[in-house]
Amino acid sequence: MIEFTKPSVEYFELWPLLVVFGAACLGVVVEAFVPRALRYASQVGLALAGLVAALVGVVLVARDVQTYDDGAARGILAVGGTIAVDGPSLFIWGLVLALAIGGILLFAERHLDGGSSAFAGQASAVPGTDAETAAVAARREHTEVYPLMMFAVFGMMLFPAANDLLTMFVGLEVLSLPLYLLSGLARRRRLLSQEAALKYFLLGAFSSGFFLYGAALLYGYAGSMDFAAINEAVRNDVGSSSLLLIGTGLLSVGLLFKVGAVPFQAWTPDVYQGAPTPVTAFMAAGTKVAAFGAIMRLFYVALGADRWSWQPMMWIIAILSMFVGAALAITQSDIKRLLAYSSVAHTGFILTGVLGLQASDQLAVGEITSVQAVLFYLTTYGFATLGAFAVVSLVRDAGGETTAIDRWAGLGKESPVVAAVFAFFLLAMAGIPLTSGFVGKLAVFSVALAAGAWPVVVAAVLASIVAAYLYIKVIKVMYFDEPVGDGPSVAYPSVLTATTIAVGAAVTLVLGVLPGPVLDLAAVAGEFIR
Amino acid sequence: MILTILILLPLVGALVTAFSPAALARLVGIGFAGATLLAGVVAAVQYEVDAGMQLTETYVWIESLGVHYALGVDGLGILMVLLTVVLVPIVLLAGWRESDAEGNSGAKSFFAWTLALEAMSLAVFTATDVLLFYVVFEATLIPAYFLIGGFGRSGRGRAATKFLIYQLAGGLVMLASVIGLYVVSANSGTPSFLLSDLAAIDIDPITQRWLFAGFFIAFAIKAPMFPVHTWLADTTEKATPGTSVLLVCILDKIGTFGMLRFCLGLLPDASQWATPAVVVLALISIIYGALVAIGQDDVLRLIGLTSLSHFGFIVLGIFVFSPTGGTGAILYMVNHGIATALMFLVAGFLIQRTGTASIREMGGVEKSAPVLAGFFLVGGLAAAGLPGLSPFVSEMMVIIAAFDHHWLVGSVAVLAIVLAAFYALWMYQRTMTGPGTTPVADLDKREVGILAPLALALVVFGFFPMPLLDVINPVVDDTLAQVGIAQEGGQQ
Repeated sequence: MIEFTKPSVEYFELWPLLVVFGAACLGVVVEAFVPRALRYASQVGLALAGLVAALVGVVLVARDVQTYDDGAARGILAVGGTIAVDGPSLFIWGLVLALAIGGILLFAERHLDGGSSAFAGQASAVPGTDAETAAVAARREHTEVYPLMMFAVFGMMLFPAANDLLTMFVGLEVLSLPLYLLSGLARRRRLLSQEAALKYFLLGAFSSGFFLYGAALLYGYAGSMDFAAINEAVRNDVGSSSLLLIGTGLLSVGLLFKVGAVPFQAWTPDVYQGAPTPVTAFMAAGTKVAAFGAIMRLFYVALGADRWSWQPMMWIIAILSMFVGAALAITQSDIKRLLAYSSVAHTGFILTGVLGLQASDQLAVGEITSVQAVLFYLTTYGFATLGAFAVVSLVRDAGGETTAIDRWAGLGKESPVVAAVFAFFLLAMAGIPLTSGFVGKLAVFSVALAAGAWPVVVAAVLASIVAAYLYIKVIKVMYFDEPVGDGPSVAYPSVLTATTIAVGAAVTLVLGVLPGPVLDLAAVAGEFIR
Repeated sequence: MILTILILLPLVGALVTAFSPAALARLVGIGFAGATLLAGVVAAVQYEVDAGMQLTETYVWIESLGVHYALGVDGLGILMVLLTVVLVPIVLLAGWRESDAEGNSGAKSFFAWTLALEAMSLAVFTATDVLLFYVVFEATLIPAYFLIGGFGRSGRGRAATKFLIYQLAGGLVMLASVIGLYVVSANSGTPSFLLSDLAAIDIDPITQRWLFAGFFIAFAIKAPMFPVHTWLADTTEKATPGTSVLLVCILDKIGTFGMLRFCLGLLPDASQWATPAVVVLALISIIYGALVAIGQDDVLRLIGLTSLSHFGFIVLGIFVFSPTGGTGAILYMVNHGIATALMFLVAGFLIQRTGTASIREMGGVEKSAPVLAGFFLVGGLAAAGLPGLSPFVSEMMVIIAAFDHHWLVGSVAVLAIVLAAFYALWMYQRTMTGPGTTPVADLDKREVGILAPLALALVVFGFFPMPLLDVINPVVDDTLAQVGIAQEGGQQ
C-alpha cells in the first residue's frame, strides 16, 4: 500500500495557472446566477481581467526564477514535480495568454453581424427549426463561450508545463474538450459547424486514446510517468526498447494530431472552416503554441537521450507536412481551408526547428538553440494567424462571411487598408524579409542545418517556394483580379477586432525588423528543467 | 552616415508620397528622388578611388543570429548606387502622366512604389552583411511586384505573379546557402554574417560548392541567365517601360553584383570549379538571347530579350577571371543600364503614340518624328556595340578577355555582335523607315529632356571611359586577389 503524501502547492509560481482556472470556474457561476442582460459584459470583463492578471503573474514569476538544481535551466518543479515552471513554460504561458486576450476580443466582437456575436443563439436548437428562429428573434447569445475558452486556455498552459505523462494527458483533454464544443457554435452555416465539431471530437478522442496507450507503454518501460525518471531509464538503457519505441510512436500520434502534422492533418481544413472564425483564430494560434511546447518538453526532457530514434521520424513527418500542406493549400478555393492547409505546412516548418535539437556542448557560444528558434517561430506564427483570421471575419456579404477566395477579387480597391493588412500577414506566412515570418524561418532552418538535417532544410526551402506561390496567388486575387458581381464588402469592426488586427500586424512588423528582444527573451528562457 | 541617409531618403519619400494628397504626390515623389540623387552625388564625392570598402557603418542588428546592420561601398557599389539614383528620377519623369492612365493604379502609387524600390536597391548595393543583403534583396520584390501588377498592359497580374515566383524561388534557394554560411561561421567559433568575418573563414571546398550553387541559382535567375530567364520577356512585355527600366537596368544588376561579391568574394574555390559550366551558360545566354530577340514582334519583349544577351556578356566577363574581363563586365553593367534605359523609354514614348507595341503594325515613324527616331537609333546602335558609344568599350574588353580564356569562347561571343547589329537595325528599319501608317507627333520638350542625359552619357563614356575605369580597376584587382589569380600583364 503506497502512502499518500499531500503535495505542496507553490501558489506564487502557479499563480498564472490558478487565476485562469479560477476565472473559468467563476465564469460558470456567472452564467448560472447573473441576469441574462448583464452576462455579456460581466463574462468579457471577467475573462479579460483573469487573463491580464495571469499575464502580470507570468511577468512577476519570470522576474525572479532561480537556477534549478545548478543546471542550465531556471525555474522550479511545482506540485510534487508534476508541473515544471521553467523558462520555456513561462514563455509559452505569456504567449498563450497574449493570444488569448486577442481571442477574447474577437469573441466579444458584435459589430460585424448586425449586433450579435459570431456564436449561435441557442446551440441546442436544431438548424432550420422554429426553435432556432425563436432564439434568433429573441437575440439570445451563448455567453458560455467565455468560460469555455478560459478552460481551454488553462489546458493550453498546463499542457506544455506538464512534467509527467499523466498531467500532460490532463492538460491535453482540458485544452481539447472546450475547443470541440466551441467549434460547433457558429451562428451561420450551423450544419457545417456542427459537422466540424463532431469530426474534431471523434478524431481528437481517438488521438487521445493513442496518447494514453503510449503513456501506458512508456510507464511499462520506465516504471514511472515522470519525465526525469523516463530520461534516467533511457540513459541507463533499462527495460525493453520495443516498449520505448512503440510508446514513443503512440505518444507522437496524440501530440502530432494536435499540431495537425501529416498524416494526422485531415481534421484541420474541416474544423478551421466550420468553426466560428474567432474560434478558429484562437484555436489555430493557441493550440499550436501549447502543443509544440508539450512536444518539445516530452521529446527533449523525457526522450532527449533517445533522439536518434525519434529524429528520423520527425524528419519524415516534417517533410511530409510541409509538402502536403503547401500543395493541398494551392488547390483550395476557400480562404479558411487555405489557411488551414497552410498551417499544416507551418507545422512542418516548426518541426524542422524541433528536430534541430543538439546537445549543448555541440553549440558555439551565442549560437541559436532549437528551443529558442521554435519559441520564436511560435510567437511569429501565433500573432500572424490570429491577425489573418481576424481579417477573414471582416470580409462579408449578405450571407455572412465571404470565405470563397474568388469573391475576394477587387478587395484592394474596395478596402485598401484591409487588403494591405491581409497581404502583409500572407507575406509574413510566406516568410518574406522584414516580416516576422522570415526571421522565424531563418531561425528554425538555422538550427536544423546546424544539427546536420540538411535534407530537411533543402525540402523546407523547396516547400517554401510552393507555399510562396499560394500566398501570392491570394494577393493577386485581391489586388489584380476584376471583382465578380458587386465585389466583396468589408464590415467595419468595433475597436475589439481592430485592436487584435492592429496588434497582430504590429507584432509581425516589429519582429521582422527588430526581432532581437524576443529572440533574447527566448534565449533567456533557456532550457527545460530536466 | 551618408549611406543610411541615402537609403532612408527614398524610404521616407515613399511613405510621404503614399499619404500625400493626389495633386501633390508626384511633386513630393520627384522631390525625394531629387534629394536622393543629391545624396548619391555627395556619397560619390566622399568616395576615394582605390581605398577599398569605405563610408562604412556597422551596428549589431540581431545579436543572437550574428546579424549586423553594416553598410559600405567599394567601386562596384558606388557605381551601382549612382546608376540607381540617376535612373529613378528619369523613370519618375517618364511615368509622370502614363501612370495615371486608365486602368493603372495611379501616379501616387507608382511614385511611392518606385521610391520604395529605390530604397531597397540602394540598400542591396551597400549592404556588407550577408543577411542584411538577403533581407533587402527579397524586399525589393514587393515593390517590384506591385509595379508590374499595377501598371501596364492587360495580363500584367499574371506576369507579376510569374516574376515574383521566379524571384522568390531563387531567393529561397539562396536562403539555404545564407544559412549555410551562418552554420559555417558558427562552427568556426563565432556566428556572424559580416562579409569581412566570413571572408576570413577558410571554407572547405565541398561545402563551398553547395553554398555556391545556392547563391548562383538565385543570381542567375535575377541576372537573368539561360535557362532561368523566362520571366524576363513576359515581364517587360506587360509592365510599363518605366518599370522595365527599374527591373532590368537596376534590379537585375543585383544578380551580377551578387556573383562578384558573394560567389567570387566568399567562395573563390567553388567559383573556379564552376567556371566551365557558367561560361557555357553565359555563351548560350548571349547567342540565344540575341536570336530570340530577332524573332520578336513586340518592341518591349525584344528589348527585354536583348538584355539576356547582354547579361550573358557580363557574366562571361566575370567568370573568365582576368583583369580585362572583370573590368569590362563591371563597365558593361553601367553601360547596359544607360543604353537599355534609353531603349525602353524611347520605345515607351513610341508605343504611346502608335497605340501598339507590335513592330509589324508600325512603320515610317522617322518621317513625322525624326527626333524620336534619332534617339531610337542611338539606343539601338549602343545595344549593337557601335564604336563611339559606351557599350562598345565594355563589350570589346569582355570579348578580348574571352579570347584570352579560350579561343572557342571568344569566337562564339563575337558572333553576338553580328546578331546584335541585326536585331537593332532590323527593328529600326521596320518601325522607323518605310511607308508610314499614320503620322505621329514628335517628342516634346519633357520627353527630350528625359532622354537627352542618357544619350549624352552613352557618347561621353564611349569616348572617355577612364573615370569609370579608375573606379572599377581596384575592385577587379581586389576580387581577383581573393580568387587567387595572379595579376599577369597588369591592366591596360
